[in-house]
Amino acid sequence: MTGIGLISSLGEGLDKHWAQLTSGKTPVPSVDSDSQAPYPVHPIVALEIDSQIPKRSDQRQMGPWQHLGTYTAGLALDDAGIAHNEALLAATNMIVSAGGGERDIEVDTAIMELLSTADEPGPLLNDSLMNNLRPTLFLAQLSNLMAGNISIVHGVTDSSRTFMGDELAGVMAVDTAVAQIQHGQGEIFLVGGAYIAERADMTMLMAMGNTLHQGEHSPVWSRESGDGGMIMGSASAFLVLESREHAESRGVKPYARIDRIVADRCNRHAGAARKTADKLLERIADQLPSGPLPVISGCCGIQPQLGEEHEFLESLTSRGVSPAIRGVTTVIGNTMEAQFPVNVALASLAISRGAFFDPFDSSGTEQVFADRPDQVLISNWGHWRGESLALIGKPGVSLRGGTRS
Amino acid sequence: MSHATRDHLGRPVVVVTGIGIVTSLGEGKQDNWRNLVAGISGVRQIDRFSTEGLRTQIAGLIDWQGDGPYCSPVHSLTLARKSASEAIAQSKIGSQGSFPGPLFLAISPAETKWDQRMDVYKSDNSDNSTGYERLIRNASQGDFHHYYSLFQYGSTAEFLAGEFGTRGQPISLTTACASGATSVQLGVEAIRRGDTDAALCVGTDGEICEEMVVRFTLLSALSTQNDDPQGASKPFSKTRDGFVMAEGSATLVLESYDSAKARGAKILGVVRGTGERADTFHRTRSKPDGSAIIDTITRSLADAGMSPADIDCINAHGTSTPENDKMEYLALSAALGSELDNTPISSNKSMIGHTLSAAGTIEAAISLMTISNGVIPPTINCHEQDPNILMDVVPNVKREQPVSTVMSNSFGFGGQNVCLIFSAEPD
Repeated sequence: MTGIGLISSLGEGLDKHWAQLTSGKTPVPSVDSDSQAPYPVHPIVALEIDSQIPKRSDQRQMGPWQHLGTYTAGLALDDAGIAHNEALLAATNMIVSAGGGERDIEVDTAIMELLSTADEPGPLLNDSLMNNLRPTLFLAQLSNLMAGNISIVHGVTDSSRTFMGDELAGVMAVDTAVAQIQHGQGEIFLVGGAYIAERADMTMLMAMGNTLHQGEHSPVWSRESGDGGMIMGSASAFLVLESREHAESRGVKPYARIDRIVADRCNRHAGAARKTADKLLERIADQLPSGPLPVISGCCGIQPQLGEEHEFLESLTSRGVSPAIRGVTTVIGNTMEAQFPVNVALASLAISRGAFFDPFDSSGTEQVFADRPDQVLISNWGHWRGESLALIGKPGVSLRGGTRS
Repeated sequence: MSHATRDHLGRPVVVVTGIGIVTSLGEGKQDNWRNLVAGISGVRQIDRFSTEGLRTQIAGLIDWQGDGPYCSPVHSLTLARKSASEAIAQSKIGSQGSFPGPLFLAISPAETKWDQRMDVYKSDNSDNSTGYERLIRNASQGDFHHYYSLFQYGSTAEFLAGEFGTRGQPISLTTACASGATSVQLGVEAIRRGDTDAALCVGTDGEICEEMVVRFTLLSALSTQNDDPQGASKPFSKTRDGFVMAEGSATLVLESYDSAKARGAKILGVVRGTGERADTFHRTRSKPDGSAIIDTITRSLADAGMSPADIDCINAHGTSTPENDKMEYLALSAALGSELDNTPISSNKSMIGHTLSAAGTIEAAISLMTISNGVIPPTINCHEQDPNILMDVVPNVKREQPVSTVMSNSFGFGGQNVCLIFSAEPD
């Protein structure tokens, strides 16, 4: 991994995240309790949009979600030193994990009001949509247009794929890119996603599943004792991944190495997610170290899977592993399609800076990890479906059992 | 596997052992093929919802599936189930509910539609709240869990993966109107890597509702020839005025040649090559010089180890929009040169309409059927071909001729371009 673009409610860039997550004190998350009340969210920070999306004509074609992703992709390309390198960008492949763009809340609100009392709503709906939808809104909503905008704005033009499916879309995007690199199906990839939490349409969808935490912000592990529930977060992460040879030929120093990604699904009956995770762990067991291990968990906060994931992580001790768990959702929330890329970015940050983050809450669930991290385990389960684990390693440090490549 | 069958680049050869298809022309390969070669259109007046006030009132709807009152993810799932069942049954792979490979699903982005939004809105009007404040309150208080599980971005893939027992975490993907072709690409790449011996590649689209029609209308993409629904989709014609939205699904079972041979499967065709190149010009239009599409076609030939002379016919993207058909011709002439003169190009969107996320898979299925039947389906409604498009578009009447290699093009909004090449099993 040779380039990282990272933005969350904690700020823009690796340094801001590093400063807040290693200050020696419990980090203070940024929380907006009003915009999606009664549900708190972690809000997006302001972007200097002109710096990555200079043309106004491009900016106008996007909404906040596409702005965020296109902007963060630019940060990653800058960081990898390939921005504006036309030849290299034309050989750069892209996999974006995407949801969709924002709806026009005002138009929706007016139409709902109109239709709620109409005897024959059909023609009214047609008429309202024809007269009030902006032609460009559809393009700002289309999932694959985040990738399309990255091609247009930044010039990334080899293959371009967009994966959907919430948290696991991010996992499969990174996994597919790594597999392609390992088998010579591409030398360099831009992979990532973005999520905007301050969105009434997504809040409605999540509220239909009774999946959201209400009231005051609370650390994710503390929600095990109550009803549970997610706090959504705005964030984006994009990663530049390349083969070791490709990185070396450019003379760039990698942040970290992606050693393993394993993912599967189950029906989520009680205990099923835990069982799936146990099986996934079996597949990477030969590469797990013994002793203290930094763990980044994307645990969403919904019960019972929150408890199942916690139990699973604690069970690592039976393999001689002492997990130092960081529940990322405590500080930046559930960031859906962006979540796995965010977690990989944070793991790589810790590995490249030679230290792990302070505990994210003061409950004692999260243990201090005082060594230099050579390996970080990521546990990333979907809020609805899908379970995954990943191992991120330090370049140059070989693993037990060797790396996959 | 030391003697494994490899292609010209030393990769495992990927074959197709199962095909399933459902379109506005019917359910299954037999009905679709009969109607395709007969030049029949599946486009008709929209009766699913009121079209009063809409400029476009026609589509290739599928409403005979019996999946209850229309609900888009249920409909897309029903269509996908039909095509996947047909393909898996034909390939005789795995066992009931256990497909030995991953699922790659091309599908439109999940969106809560107006029917559901109004259901939630109207479920409680006991205070004066309006808009999303009321939606969010009602959403959390009512019983809408079924909507929550239907409208996740990964829902349809999840349900399919559970039902067909595919391996691992399924991938839902979108590359707009190239999605179906991308699902085939992902399957091919996984088998070439040796990650799996088989892959289930499904494209499905059952999303036609008021807002979808309006969105494409506002982009001036749709035909408005409402008075003659069956004549409205007229790719490469002088009077073409936009595409006709349609629904459908197709599935390909992909396998490594060796694994298909080892289990004695009938091989329906070989995926010889894939090509792709993203465009940077515009969100809905190609570079005026066609360079991204040209690259896509050239790359697919290189990937297949073929030259333009090896292509017997082309299954066009051929949407019937003024822009697409012009650019597709320009790119094909540049990429294939004088060989284009000897290469028939047919657009089955003239009959089926444009099935958007499913189109790439449906056209892959039809390309393979073209090879196995030795018949090229026509481009119907071509009564006055665009004088600037000098290709043999197989106008109006099917053509019987041996076909061993077909190129299939897919281009989508957002600069997505994919080209697939299929051929018959070598003797």
